[in-house]
Amino acid sequence: MPDESLLDLKAVTKRFGGVTALSSVSFEVSKGKIVSVIGPNGAGKTTLFNCISGVLRPEEGQIGFGLKKTRDSLVGCAPHEIARMGIARTFQNIRLFGQQTVLENILTGTYVRTEAGLLDAVWPWTRRAHQESHWAMDKAMRLMERLEIDALADRPAKALSYGQQRRVELARALASDPEMLLLDEPAAGLTVHERQALMDFLRALRQEGLTILLIEHDMKVVMPVSDWVVVLDHGAKIAEGTPDAVQRHPQVIEAYLGVAAL
Amino acid sequence: MTGEQLFLQQLLNGLTIGAVYALIALGYTMVYGIIQLVNFAHGEIFMIGAYFGLSLFACFAAQAGAAISIGVLALGLIVAAAGSALLGFCIDRSAYRPLRKAPKLSALITAIGVSFVLQNTVMLIYGAQDRYVPSLAAAGSMDWMGVHWTAMQGLIFAVSLFLMIGLQWVVYRTPLGRSMRAVAQDPLAAQLMGISVDRVIAITFLIGSGLAGVGGVLFGVYYSTINFHDGYLTGLKAFTAAVLGGIGNIPGAMVGGLLLGLLEGLGAGYLSSQWKNVIAFGVLVLVLLIRPRGLLGERVGDRA
Repeated sequence: MPDESLLDLKAVTKRFGGVTALSSVSFEVSKGKIVSVIGPNGAGKTTLFNCISGVLRPEEGQIGFGLKKTRDSLVGCAPHEIARMGIARTFQNIRLFGQQTVLENILTGTYVRTEAGLLDAVWPWTRRAHQESHWAMDKAMRLMERLEIDALADRPAKALSYGQQRRVELARALASDPEMLLLDEPAAGLTVHERQALMDFLRALRQEGLTILLIEHDMKVVMPVSDWVVVLDHGAKIAEGTPDAVQRHPQVIEAYLGVAAL
Repeated sequence: MTGEQLFLQQLLNGLTIGAVYALIALGYTMVYGIIQLVNFAHGEIFMIGAYFGLSLFACFAAQAGAAISIGVLALGLIVAAAGSALLGFCIDRSAYRPLRKAPKLSALITAIGVSFVLQNTVMLIYGAQDRYVPSLAAAGSMDWMGVHWTAMQGLIFAVSLFLMIGLQWVVYRTPLGRSMRAVAQDPLAAQLMGISVDRVIAITFLIGSGLAGVGGVLFGVYYSTINFHDGYLTGLKAFTAAVLGGIGNIPGAMVGGLLLGLLEGLGAGYLSSQWKNVIAFGVLVLVLLIRPRGLLGERVGDRA
């Protein structure tokens, strides 16, 4: 099966004042693959996610998305437009709507696939509004069961444990039926058992055809699940390849362990 | 009039005006909850709502000053709600949205400026003198338990209660309300879930301003007059009500409005009606000193 590129970064550069956070980064993400972005702290991984999801606007470069490439670039699109195109994400430091329940958080994720306008709120008895709310509820229920958080549905998100919150955030991102999932350190703070469950879950999502771009520190997660690994250091791509190839790459070893180790 | 009758009468009068305060306070609290802006032009939106009603009543009156039927009043409420909603939307679009990324103080000062612009525009169009607002035709009243109840008071309660329950429904039971609460808690995360923050803010202005417009017509018909500077004082009192209930908190604005009206009514009955404003703003000072987060508000730290 030929690999089709779903996300295509071309020479993406982002500067903060005099600091170049991303320096002409290019790589492709093939549909249905798990691609990991690794690198030391401050390498620009989260900045890269922020550029893809529209939170930050890169000064230079293009970000193509979608098999048909209906748009030339995501650069310049607002975050909510990019979310509507089918890119969902989670955050390094979990950002749930703390005062809302687990169910409400996940329903918020379905919002992009519904109309849910002012008229629907004033007059919610139309056939379409009814179908949409039924679809959204059904979707949320299935995700909660799958991630084993259905028992927590009516609890406020802020009352959950860290591992539970991570699962709610994942469910909220999946609720939008994305084509591509951006996960920012999803294994951080998880127990060994939870981490294993996460890896199984990511593999299952890939099986279903979802494309995943992953930022992760934990090499015990990255190496077994990734199809492809991109290595950043000081904002520049220093290597990419299969997990095995990247692990043997001299520049990667240097970036991670320092020159002294060579 | 016995002591008990005086108490009940002032209770009723206080709750009536309190219901109007609550309608206006909702707009303050919704906008604050979502963009942390005290929209000082909100009182003017309320006042202009009353003038929208006045203009419509003038079209239907057989002769100047004739009383209006319940149907015309209902039409006036709808027109004022729509007109004020649109006005609030335009204010946000033209004056506040360009300043969304500016320091909060810029938007606040702009709000004060918008308030002056609106006041003076209304003064130039309708004149500086009090304008007579026709009363409801064949509006009965009754004496029960020695208390004088008017139909207009009943109507104010009914309309306010209906709108407040409706708003609760929208905010806590619909997808739109869910996205409004999401934006209030974390605008960036909401945006990354595909929610257009600007659209949600625009809808918040539409709803809050529409409620103020309805409040304006009810206020005008109840007191029989309206003046271009009525929005200033009443707006500040509604803001006090929002702070009393906990600014940013929707049930808080309703409770705060009714409670402030009640305190004013009782104060007017037992001290003198000249003490009304002293009581209202005394409440504001006391709340800010003793319980800045208001009756139902969360601690500010919890928001972050």
